[in-house]
Amino acid sequence: MNAVTYNFAYLDEQTKRMIRRAILKAIAIPGYQVPFAAREMPMPYGWGTGGVQVTAAVIGPKDVLKVIDQGTDDTTNAVSIRAFFRKVAGVATTTHTAEATVIQTRHRIPEHPLKEGQILVYQVPIPEPLRFLEPRETETRVMHGLEDYGLMHVKLYEDIAHHGRIATAYAYPVKIAGRYVMDPSPIPKFDNPKMTMSPALQLFGAGREKRIYAVPPYTDVKSLDFEDHPFEVQTFSEPCALCGARNVYLDEVVLDDRGGRMFVCSDTDNCESRRDETGAQS
Amino acid sequence: MTEAPILEVRDLAKHYGARLGCTDISFDLWPGEVLAVVGESGSGKTTLLNCLSTRLTADSGSVVYAMRDGSRRDLTTMMEAERRFLMRTDWGFVHQNPADGLRMGVSAGANVGERLMAIGDRHYGRIRDTALDWLSRVEIAADRIDDGPRAFSGGMRQRLQIARNLVTAPRLVFMDEPTGGLDVSVQARLLDLMRSLVRDLGLSVIIVTHDLAVARLLSHRMMVMKDGRVIEEGLTDRVLDDPREPYTQLLVSSIPQA
Repeated sequence: MNAVTYNFAYLDEQTKRMIRRAILKAIAIPGYQVPFAAREMPMPYGWGTGGVQVTAAVIGPKDVLKVIDQGTDDTTNAVSIRAFFRKVAGVATTTHTAEATVIQTRHRIPEHPLKEGQILVYQVPIPEPLRFLEPRETETRVMHGLEDYGLMHVKLYEDIAHHGRIATAYAYPVKIAGRYVMDPSPIPKFDNPKMTMSPALQLFGAGREKRIYAVPPYTDVKSLDFEDHPFEVQTFSEPCALCGARNVYLDEVVLDDRGGRMFVCSDTDNCESRRDETGAQS
Repeated sequence: MTEAPILEVRDLAKHYGARLGCTDISFDLWPGEVLAVVGESGSGKTTLLNCLSTRLTADSGSVVYAMRDGSRRDLTTMMEAERRFLMRTDWGFVHQNPADGLRMGVSAGANVGERLMAIGDRHYGRIRDTALDWLSRVEIAADRIDDGPRAFSGGMRQRLQIARNLVTAPRLVFMDEPTGGLDVSVQARLLDLMRSLVRDLGLSVIIVTHDLAVARLLSHRMMVMKDGRVIEEGLTDRVLDDPREPYTQLLVSSIPQA
């Protein structure tokens, strides 16, 4: 019996065209959420169905795919999606940021600087930055249309009033090219500065919410803040316990039940390459 | 009083399908004037207020508003972006139920500061100082600034709603039964506060109420509505002390002592 065969990259060509049209529109209006007819994918919602559809629509046979989940290449989500595309598109995969042409990500932007020609695809759970302030979708659409964004600062005001500083640590709202306020997906705000003027194309796919949005290369991305409480990123007092890197995003790893813990790079590829380099030198 | 009315209403009408909301409404509102709209439930008062404040679209007629820059604009043909800007700068809207006019999920300070942030203020310290100032003006203690409206009593919520509306120094305030659902002593304090704010700030106010005592205390002029039409209009004292229409006479005589 023949194995079930799929169209290249799982989705049929009509669906891919539909998604590409949405992507083109999203690139033309940076930060604007374009509705699209998201399909059922062979994985549950919340596992990155939006990102997978965007990746399927933009990937070609010569592309090299990298998939990361919270910075790592070896967690379930990343391994499964990589295997999925190896199977249904037969594309090469890698864990090295510099070698990849398409990078699908959940919750991180790689530490290694991105370059022109690369596409970063984000998996987005909730695309609407105003959602928890204004639950009515009809109203948030009007607010985006009229650039009525005072409410976003109400949230930041509440942070400062209750915590003495802007306590929002991830999914930190940004303004794209001076116009649309956008949710950068749940990346730590540590990664926000990497988005602005990035040479790579950044695409965002939300499968359950059926929205696609984009930040084209070399676009201004500004994190919202107050004049007297400017935007700032997390800082870490210790370097990575494995590779000694500073100015990277660290994960806390609990080692035992007696309070032992270490801080290590969240970006495993970056950490491993650094260790390989130092190992080669010594 | 200055030369021109702040609001000129001509032949305003609103129907809900075949049912009449209000019709044949024409009046002028002058700067600094408080106009009460009274009448029983279902007489079209709230429909009129919502049409004037562009929360509802009127079927016909015109509402000309004197903008801050002196130009006169018809609200019924204004773009939504401009209307929204008016609503959060030049106007206030005080709802009967404070929960409709407040953001219940955020603190009192954020409620007062929202309009400032909406018009582009991006300085936390300044926003907070302004919020504190307004809370004290509506007699809410400074240490309640970080509490949410859910922790406030009905009267405090209503005062918070007033502060939230007045923070951008509006010129025209719409009020829909602002004292409804409050007990008598709280009502009295609220009315006292509203009267002094209106006088100090020189506000123009259109207040919808079924409570003639509120109308007598606050308003200069009064319109009596019945079945969607204005049946009598005049100075508040004149209408209450010498009502001409039979319906108004009935209304006035129905309260123990006006």
